[in-house]
Formats: sequence, structure tokens, C-alpha cells
Amino acid sequence: MATEVKETESAGKEIDFTACDEICEKYKDWKGATIPVLQQVQEAYGYLFSEIVERIADNLNMSAHQIYGVITFYAQFYTKPRGKYVIRVCRGTACHVQGSGRISEVVCEEFGIKNGETSADLKFTLEEVSCIGACGMAPVIMINNKTYGNLKPEEARKIFRDYAELQG
Amino acid sequence: MSYTTDHVEVHVCMGTAGVASGGHEVMEALEQEFAKRGLKNAESKERNCAAKQTGCRGLCARDVLIDVYIPGKEPVTYEHVSAEMVPTIVEEHIVGGNVVEKWAAKADYFQFYDKQKRYVLADCGRVDPESLEDYIKLGGYEAIKKALTMTPEQVIDEVKKSGLRGRGGGGFPTGLKWTFCRNSPGDHKYLICNADEGDPGAFMDRSIIEGNPHAVIEGMLIAGYAIGCDEGYIYCRAEYPLAIVRVIKAIKDAEAAGILGDKVFGTDFHFKLKLKEGAGAFVCGEETALIASIEGERGMPRPRPPFPAVKGLWQKPSNVNNVETFANLPGILLNGSEWYANIGTEKSKGTKIFALSGKVKSTGLVEVPMGITVRELIFDVGGGIPKKRKFKAVQLGGPSGGCLTPDHLETPIDYDSLIAAGAMMGSGGVVVMDETNCMVNVAHFFLTFTQRESCGKCIPCRIGTKTMLDILTRIITGQGREEDIDLLLEVGNDIKTASLCGLGQTAPNPVLTTVKYFRHEYEAHIRDKKCPARECAELIEFVVVDDRCKKCGICKKACPVDAITWEKGTVAYIDKSKCVKCRECIVNCPFNAID
Repeated sequence: MATEVKETESAGKEIDFTACDEICEKYKDWKGATIPVLQQVQEAYGYLFSEIVERIADNLNMSAHQIYGVITFYAQFYTKPRGKYVIRVCRGTACHVQGSGRISEVVCEEFGIKNGETSADLKFTLEEVSCIGACGMAPVIMINNKTYGNLKPEEARKIFRDYAELQG
Repeated sequence: MSYTTDHVEVHVCMGTAGVASGGHEVMEALEQEFAKRGLKNAESKERNCAAKQTGCRGLCARDVLIDVYIPGKEPVTYEHVSAEMVPTIVEEHIVGGNVVEKWAAKADYFQFYDKQKRYVLADCGRVDPESLEDYIKLGGYEAIKKALTMTPEQVIDEVKKSGLRGRGGGGFPTGLKWTFCRNSPGDHKYLICNADEGDPGAFMDRSIIEGNPHAVIEGMLIAGYAIGCDEGYIYCRAEYPLAIVRVIKAIKDAEAAGILGDKVFGTDFHFKLKLKEGAGAFVCGEETALIASIEGERGMPRPRPPFPAVKGLWQKPSNVNNVETFANLPGILLNGSEWYANIGTEKSKGTKIFALSGKVKSTGLVEVPMGITVRELIFDVGGGIPKKRKFKAVQLGGPSGGCLTPDHLETPIDYDSLIAAGAMMGSGGVVVMDETNCMVNVAHFFLTFTQRESCGKCIPCRIGTKTMLDILTRIITGQGREEDIDLLLEVGNDIKTASLCGLGQTAPNPVLTTVKYFRHEYEAHIRDKKCPARECAELIEFVVVDDRCKKCGICKKACPVDAITWEKGTVAYIDKSKCVKCRECIVNCPFNAID
């Protein structure tokens, strides 16, 4: 059910680069601007597809391969589209000993996605993260910016199904 | 608790755990209740009530926690508070004057604090982290004012005499580190706060920033003045959205008040501060990798020398310290180095914050004097192991550290004793494990993490961690070979010797210590194809043992796929064609009856 690799956005339609250009302009005199620029462009466009990377490279006067070097190094840059709801399952030590592995499996059972994958309807993305830093309430997950703690696998399943029923 | 107010104040825990448990809803309910009952009257002491958001007070397991302060009375703490409980608390306690005993924290709550000494965290849980005025009201920014009346050398001297050592893991003497950067030639120097707290199982830096961001800024001002830096960065990991929001606000407020920027408090000391958000890479906790990341590069470590103190950020002399180190500084400056040096042990001074988690009753953030024993930390502060299970091991120092066993319970917790025992202080993550945790599985878990986070620059770490992970995967899936244990030790020691940075040099530690103390578990996996803790699903048979089964039926209820048949008075039976090996039955069975 995971989506096919889709790293270009154009497919015949026009891309509006205005937001990207504005962000690059804001940082043009900054030293070490690459990461904040990528973060903000990703925030604006959802993910970093090839046309936008080329555009950033032009704007920052860098080569695209330098930019890709940075993108692929960090876990929080994405070259594929992401789901409306990003389920972050904490796989930190505390969560691990409290059984978080099972929670990832429940996501897979419900939506057929593994770590890093997005469901075909672009509704859910599963992301195993190293530590959310809420170890006191392990096991913990985040769905977008909302944190859920002290979860049992079946409670987690119920939460996922509630999100699945949300419209839109 | 010496905090006093001139009106009724209710402090609501709004750290990450507090918010996740419904902190916002409790705040809102309080505000509504106060408004409804006319309790927002500034004219009257008793009828002037305020709800105040505060940071983490430590015992995250019992969130939402609230403290009710009424002038002239002892403060009262309520635990597990929900919005529905608020009207009763306001009605009976704040209006009626009678504490709602059934929800008030009892002796077991206070036991958590008995052996703690909260200096660094003292104001986390009292101060509103989003209010500069509140921080100043509680004595904030007095330490930097005092420092500005001293010479930079005197400040460094004071920190040296205090014996403060870096809290990020290495334990290098802070004052000495500063001297290197101060003595380095250059007119422009950088100060960096390492808030890239990547160790799974550690969250003290997050809690400090979320709970008291101005304390970190004040610590940075002190360090910046002492070293001679005019520009600073806080490098915070992106996984901490709340911390980022609060630090940005704190910087803005401090700038507006003339505390940051040109002429700090009207003196000739200038200090600009910026926040840099990480992008998800554990290795960036290593100082040279962190510097590369601020420069906008792939966050890969650089060979040392040159050390950052000589050539750091953009080739300028730079000094990197951890959040907790900075947060220690205001106290040292205000109370003096002698006061500080009196806390802790001979070589490890002061207090250390630990993130207590895993199989322990009171999970959360604790601050204890250096030298407290492992037993006191786990059993007195943490309240021991839940579900009447046995303590098996404790992992100290995260993926770089090692585990200690019941034989080490009397070990004092300080930098040097822990290293001697085979673990390390690390950033202060303490993950407790009970008899249901498999140590080979834990080692596999850590290697999965370090292998994934290895940046790939140097070969011993890149290939070595992969090799170790392959061997461990083989062992936990029943494919282990007789020679595997020796191979793990050999590869592990090679990685430690030959890696470029701290990540590789410490990555094998969890494997090496678990082999040292739990070799029999490795052997059981390899020779008998059995996981004694019944955690490695491939090595579990999933059969109910007749004479241990008490016929209670709990396993049937726990099974998510209906693979278990059970009727009252009969031994349960697991249908292997339906079983998905999720281990829910094993986790829930109170009698260890499933093999």
C-alpha cells in the first residue's frame, strides 16, 4: 500500500516558487543558511521534490548535489510526500523496554505501512524516531504535534482508527 | 518549598508530559472556574486567584500535577488531575479551605523528593517559563549582574574552584575548558549551547529548557563574559518543539529588556544569541559535528586537533557546553564556589539530573547529589520495580554507556566510579530493566540505533557497527553461532580503538557490558535457542505450561487476534496457526506460564 517513489512534483503542472524564493531571499546574507532554508521550504511545500531542490541550489548559489548531501544526512528532510497525519513512534530505550516495537507493528497492521512509508491515500506516515524525550510516560507516540503516552497496543489501535475516521 | 505568593496561585505542569496528559485543559478549567466564581478580584487577597503554567517538576508518571499555593498555608500538590476534577478542587479547597484529600499527593509522592537536592531544577515547576518578569521575580539574572562586577578571570576561577564538570557526558572540567578558549587568540569567539539531546532515555535538557529557559540564557551570558565570546548559539534538536518555542520567546524578551544584545545590563559586554534548530542526527551531539551542522553542512565530526577552542565554528575559537552545565552556573555565581564544592564527592561536585525511566515505579526527572548509590536512586527515589518483579539491570549513559547489575547497587554515582564499573555518566539517562527484559535484545536495540546514526565518515564505525548488528540479529533470531560472542568482543574492541569520534568509540559499550555481565543469556540464545527473558519472539514457543497456568483467562483477554481458547477452570491453549507472536499474552500473564 505504500506509495511509489515520487520525487518530482511537476508532472505537467506549474510550480509556484514564490514562497521558496522569499525564504531564500530572507537568508541570503546568513552564514550556514542551508538547514534553516530547507526546513522552511519543506514546511511550506510539504517535502523537498527535485525541482524545488534545484531552485534552492540556484538561489543559494550552491550545487544541487551539495544540497542533497545535506538533505540525505538528516532524518527530518523528506524527498517523498508525507501523510496528513505523521505517526511518530518513539523507539527510545525507555519506550523499547516498555514494548514500543509492538506499537509500530499495530500501525503496520492497520495501514500497511512500515517505518518511513506513507499510505497510498496520503493519510498516514509512519516514522520511528529515536527519542521524543518523554520517557517518563513510555511508550509514547506523537501524531502530528499531539503526544500520547503510557500506551497499550490496543489503545494505540483505537487511537489510529479514530484518526482514520476523521474526514478529509 | 519556600515559594510564597501574596495571592492564590495554582501551578500547572505544562512540560511535554504535562501537556500530553491534559495540562492545557486543566489550565482552561481553572481559568473558567475562577472567572465563574468571581475569583479574579485583584482587590481581595483570598479572592484573587491565578493559574500559572510551569515546567516539569519531575514526576511525569503522575501528570497532570498541580500545586495550590494559598498565602499563609502549606502548598498542596494534587496528582493525576483532569479538567473534571478542577471544580471540586476550587470549591472545596480554594473556596472552602478543605484539602481534597483523596486526590492530594501522599507520602509515596514525597518519597520521590526525599533524597533529591533540587538546585538546578529548583525553579522548574515554580517559574512561568514564558515570563521574563517571573524569572526576575524569583531572583533571575542576579548571577550575571554579579559576574559583571568581577573580572572574567575571576569568574573562570570561581567556576574552576567549584569543581563543575561538563554535564553532557564527558565530564571535562568546565573552568579549564573555558580557559583554553579564552587564551586562544582571536577577536571573535563563539559560545555554543549543546541542546541536541539525542540519547534515547535522556530528557533533562528538554525539561530545563522547557521549564526555565532564562536560566540557560543566564548561564550562557556568564560563560560568554568569562571566555570573551560575543555571539552564541543554542543548538536544539527539532524533536523538541515546545523547547524551541520557549527558547525563542525567552531570547526575544531578553533582547527587549537589554539583557541580550549590545551593552548587556548597560556594561561594555555584548552578547548576541541565536537558536539553531537541528534536523535529526544523533551524531550532532558530538561537538565538532554540531559545529559542522551550524555551518549548514552534513553534521559529520571533524578530527581533533584542532580543538574547537582553537578552530571551531567558522574557524573561530569556540566553546561548547551542555544545557545542564549552563544551568548550573547561576547557582555557582550566586552562592559561591565553596557552597557548590560542598555538594557531591571529592572529584564529582554538585548535583546531577537523571532521567529515570523503564521498569521503575516513579519515572521522571530527578536531581540528586553526586555520590548517591545506584540503589538509592532506583529504590528510594524511583520507588523500586513495579509489579513485584525483580531488578535485573540498569543502563546508564544511553547507547554510549553500559549496564550495571544487582551486584553494583552500592556503586556511588559519580563520573569515575561509573567508568570503573563499566558504565558512564553520559548525559544522565537511567533505564531500569526487570527480569522480563532480555539483555541480548537490549544490546541489539542499542546497536540498531548507533548503526543507523553512524555518519559513515570513518570505516571502523560504519562497517563495524553493521557487523556487530548482523551478529546480534543472528543471535536473537536463533541463528547464532558458537564463535559469535568472541567475534562481538573482538569487533567491539576494534571499533572502540579506531573510531574518529565519541559515537564510534562508545558504540560497542552496551554489547561489551552485557556480554561481561550476562554472558549466560547470550549462550542460551546461541546454544539452546532460548530467550530466558522470553522477549525474543523467534525463540519463544508460545505454549502454555500446564502446571504454571492458574486458569485465570487473562491471556485470552489480552490476545488481539483471538488465538487463545480458554474457559473457566481450564488451562488456556494457544492456536499457533492464528498466533502472530505479539507477546501480549506473555506480558500480561501474572504467573509466567507461557514459554
